[in-house]
Amino acid sequence: MSTFRFVRVSWLLQFKMIMRSPFDGFGNVLYPLFFATTAFFVFRAGTSPRTLIYASLGAAVMGMWSSVSTSAGSAMQRERWWGTLELLVTAPRHFALVLFPSTLGLASVGIYNLVATLLWGRFAFGIPLTIEHPLEFGLSVVATVLAFAGLGLLFAVSFVRFRAAWVLGNFFEYPVWLICGFLVPLALLPRWVHPIAWVLAPTWGMNAIRESALGGTPLPDLLLCLGLGTVYVVGAVLVTNRVLDDARARGSLSLT
Amino acid sequence: MIVSARIFFVGGLTSFRALFYWLTPWIYVPTMLIAPLFQILLFAYIGRSAGLASDQFFLIGNALQYASIPCLFAMAQAIGGERYQNTLSAILVSPAPRIPLFFGRSLPVVLNGAFVAAFALFAGSLLLRVHLPTSSLAPLLFIVLIAAFSCTGLGLVNAALSLRIRENAVLSNVIFGFLLIFTGANVPLDDLPDWMSTAAQGMPFTHAIKAARQVADGASLASVRGLLGAELLVGAVYGVAGYLLLRWFETLSRRHASLERS
Repeated sequence: MSTFRFVRVSWLLQFKMIMRSPFDGFGNVLYPLFFATTAFFVFRAGTSPRTLIYASLGAAVMGMWSSVSTSAGSAMQRERWWGTLELLVTAPRHFALVLFPSTLGLASVGIYNLVATLLWGRFAFGIPLTIEHPLEFGLSVVATVLAFAGLGLLFAVSFVRFRAAWVLGNFFEYPVWLICGFLVPLALLPRWVHPIAWVLAPTWGMNAIRESALGGTPLPDLLLCLGLGTVYVVGAVLVTNRVLDDARARGSLSLT
Repeated sequence: MIVSARIFFVGGLTSFRALFYWLTPWIYVPTMLIAPLFQILLFAYIGRSAGLASDQFFLIGNALQYASIPCLFAMAQAIGGERYQNTLSAILVSPAPRIPLFFGRSLPVVLNGAFVAAFALFAGSLLLRVHLPTSSLAPLLFIVLIAAFSCTGLGLVNAALSLRIRENAVLSNVIFGFLLIFTGANVPLDDLPDWMSTAAQGMPFTHAIKAARQVADGASLASVRGLLGAELLVGAVYGVAGYLLLRWFETLSRRHASLERS
């Protein structure tokens, strides 16, 4: 089976399982809408010249991150609970490639989030849905999903030693919302936060989506987003090798 | 009377410690102490970005509103957790009086919720450099306690429902979301549609948040007693509703042999 087909089939299976879960499926789409709604009300009541479109796009990407952050952190641990981790590790494919479709599936739910938030803003708040560069917008969304999946993979393999891995994943939800420019421009944050934001792919994914929707130049941001996503995946592969070697040496793969 | 008191205090605390598995530091610190600070910072900066209100506005609103996390989840786990431990039938077949049995578990939840909100309020004030008058600190603590009591009442309703639904976490998050929008935590009630600000009057936190903001601005506790009375009433109504719901589900489960049906 080719690698592409392997990822495609695995992703489809994982995506179907995620959509059957009330928490990972419906819950991860609904929960960010509450924050989006709050943000819409805040921007509508405020005096800033920033438009509701700015808030709508930012809230939509917030939802995309939400669908990854909490659940991706415990992706590997879930396999352990289900008793399938050992089978996946002994599969002939590299384990990171086996796990990647799981985080990709979670990131794909983010597309539901994006669409749901934009439609919610359109019909509940009258925020117009105009996208200046539709092709670049679509590519930016795909790049953001891939980068989120890569970051989710890094979370999954890094947090596996923690019994409550979901807590660590959940822990990164608010900080990424805050510092990656979704609803708060980087210029408003302290200077020491800026380098942290620069190494996070969500920052560039958000920029690319916003630039393509509002008529800017999304390509540099899109490429940076994809580049950082690739770095996350490489990091995840290295961490995976280390974690599995350690687990094999200690015989602790199935232990929490 | 002594037996009921023992069930209320000792049994309630024991059950809380046994069933609320977030009490381990690895979960408690990130979820209860650090996350609310990030929520406060997030909305304070959103407010700055949108040009709405002050840091103090978002600090007080979000610090109190975040108490809903411990109040909802802890209450659900302290009662609904019995189902997953397969001890629910033993609890309900016991002759223990139901009022101290269920309400006894609420007391630690109230105190924990108040602690979380108070920590968020004071740590958040340091982070945002918001000055809370020294004379307002004790009244604010009192308001926080009342807010936690009120939300724990809603938590009891949530706990009753957790006996009948499979994934209570989704319901708890949904309730959290409604409290985030409706209670004036981040949007002044005057800027919400009329039907939303009307509905907010029947929700926990709405009156407590308003009272806390007035106290932080220099009002006395006596001047906000009406708001605090309303908050207590909301909590009591939800608490009684939650208790009646628990008794009804107990009756239904005996009738249909559906006690631990998921």
